[in-house]
Amino acid sequence: MSPKLEQTAAAILTHLGDKVALVPSVCGELTYEVAAENLVHVCTALRDEPDLAFEMLVDVCGVDYMDYGKVEWATRQSSGKGFSRGVEPGEAHPGNTDERRFAVVYHLLSISRNVRVRLRVFAGNARVPMVETVTGVWSSANWFEREAFDLFGILFKGHPDLRRILTDYGFIGHPFRKDFPLIGNVEVRYDPEKGRVIYQPVSIEPRTLVPRVIRDDHRYEVNTKESGGNG
Amino acid sequence: MAEIHNYTMNFGPQHPAAHGVLRLVLEMDGETIQKADPHIGLLHRGTEKLAESKPYNQSIGYMDRLDYVSMMCNEHGYVMAIEKLLGIQVPERAQYIRVMFDEITRILNHLMWLGAHGLDIGAMTMFLYCFREREDLMDCYEAVSGTRMHATYYRPGGVYRDLPDSMPRYQYSKFRSKKEIDRLNSVREGSMLDFIEDFTNRFPKCVDEYETLLTDNRIWKQRTVNIAVVSPERAMALGFTGPMLRGSGVAWDLRKKQPYEVYDRMDFDIPVGASGDCYDRYLVRVEELRQSNRIIAQCVKWLRDNPGPVIAADHKVTPPKREEMKGDMESLIHHFKAFTEGYCVPAGEAYAAVEHPKGEFGVYLISDGANKPYRVKVRAPGFAHLAALEEMVAGHMLADVVAVIGTQDIVFGEIDR
Repeated sequence: MSPKLEQTAAAILTHLGDKVALVPSVCGELTYEVAAENLVHVCTALRDEPDLAFEMLVDVCGVDYMDYGKVEWATRQSSGKGFSRGVEPGEAHPGNTDERRFAVVYHLLSISRNVRVRLRVFAGNARVPMVETVTGVWSSANWFEREAFDLFGILFKGHPDLRRILTDYGFIGHPFRKDFPLIGNVEVRYDPEKGRVIYQPVSIEPRTLVPRVIRDDHRYEVNTKESGGNG
Repeated sequence: MAEIHNYTMNFGPQHPAAHGVLRLVLEMDGETIQKADPHIGLLHRGTEKLAESKPYNQSIGYMDRLDYVSMMCNEHGYVMAIEKLLGIQVPERAQYIRVMFDEITRILNHLMWLGAHGLDIGAMTMFLYCFREREDLMDCYEAVSGTRMHATYYRPGGVYRDLPDSMPRYQYSKFRSKKEIDRLNSVREGSMLDFIEDFTNRFPKCVDEYETLLTDNRIWKQRTVNIAVVSPERAMALGFTGPMLRGSGVAWDLRKKQPYEVYDRMDFDIPVGASGDCYDRYLVRVEELRQSNRIIAQCVKWLRDNPGPVIAADHKVTPPKREEMKGDMESLIHHFKAFTEGYCVPAGEAYAAVEHPKGEFGVYLISDGANKPYRVKVRAPGFAHLAALEEMVAGHMLADVVAVIGTQDIVFGEIDR
């Protein structure tokens, strides 16, 4: 970690030591996990404390950890048994619980101090994931949060205008969730009899061209141990 | 006399000044805008979700299609995020090639912007002038990657191949005179570096030409000065980056502040605006054209003198040469693995950002150790800019909406993803 990041980490520890938890990183970035109830307080402090001064919210990103660590081909026994030709969905990772399914990741940037920091908040309850909005802290959060709501169904409490943003008018579902199929649920076509465009269930089959595999690579062993569970 | 009511107006999505598929719902008081509600997503293709279902390298081509007027810069952000997680070193020559093509891309983007922005607010000739120079740079793209636009040239670990020794030439046809074709071909006799060098010598004069048409033009100034003024504080709170932030007077450029590749060895300046209006942003971008040209010239000089590998030799990530593959079993295995399964990236997360022509283009990558990314998030600069459209146009006239869309340099490929 660079001296500047260490300085920032020390400043965050003094101001917010009891509210944030440092997540180890493989590539020297600062990541903190924040409890959902402390989010707005932490963000306000990160923006306003002069030795932190994160004036800019660069990005807000929803993440669905449901399938984290899930593979379609088990590679460990393969040298003895070989691979089956078919691709079957594997077992979910034991660490993926309902409370830790949806997360919102904030990327902050301090222009005056030239440092970046990342915050991760788990949205709790997977059926109604909810996080406080940070639109009051940074105006740029508005559309980014709308996007996370649209694609993942994460609700932002107190958001002034939580509408869908990227998907079609009248779209059903949240397409970036891991249980939403890649090919979608409906397709559109022009119906010459009705004289308009209609929606119908998808007619194509999902295909997997390359199975998803995780290989143990001794070169990265140190790194993976450090990073631990989710990220 | 009839009573005047506020009325709602629909703008786009099929409007030439909407720069793609922007739909705006405007609430007007007479000809003054009170509220603007951009409806986006008409070009949403789910790039990030598609990337989750493919090995890492197969998504590079999708990145070109995000911001489709600055293709290689998008690729750059994506491969940098992968390289950060893999921890592999890019050869020096590849770093110079990347910087050179990033700057060529910046010129491509700014020329497109200048032409279209000019056309939007009444300067027809600009469009023709800009596309004339743009064509030469498109030829560079084609010579190096085989395609004019969607290059897929950057790879994790370097670039796909070294710069070619010759430029493709025009053939005689009935559509152009022989004299004209000879003139076009005269600069295409040597290697690609010769062609680019010739371009860098010609280009400052071309920028002067653009400036004679616009910079002191009374109509141009009437349309841009004091339109959509953004204070530096607001620009930061709204997440502005790139020329939008610099136009407001904040000297922030990732190439200087968080240098990647070999930008720390380049000699160039960062233009900064004073008042944060459309005219200042225009001046900033035009100056960036000149500065990019300077960087390209420095890269050409270095690349001439320093041959070397252009992609890392770590064959767990990059495929071996074809001739090696024919004779060596180990290389054959690597080759087969690289093109069937791809490579596994160690578990972790990384955010890599480049100074894209439009602002900060960032890619946030989460890997769980598999051969496909677990989550890719593309942070598009235009998304944050367009979100601020309402604040920028409120109180202005309807005709100024077009100037504001132009000054934001909106491209829907990256906003809708």
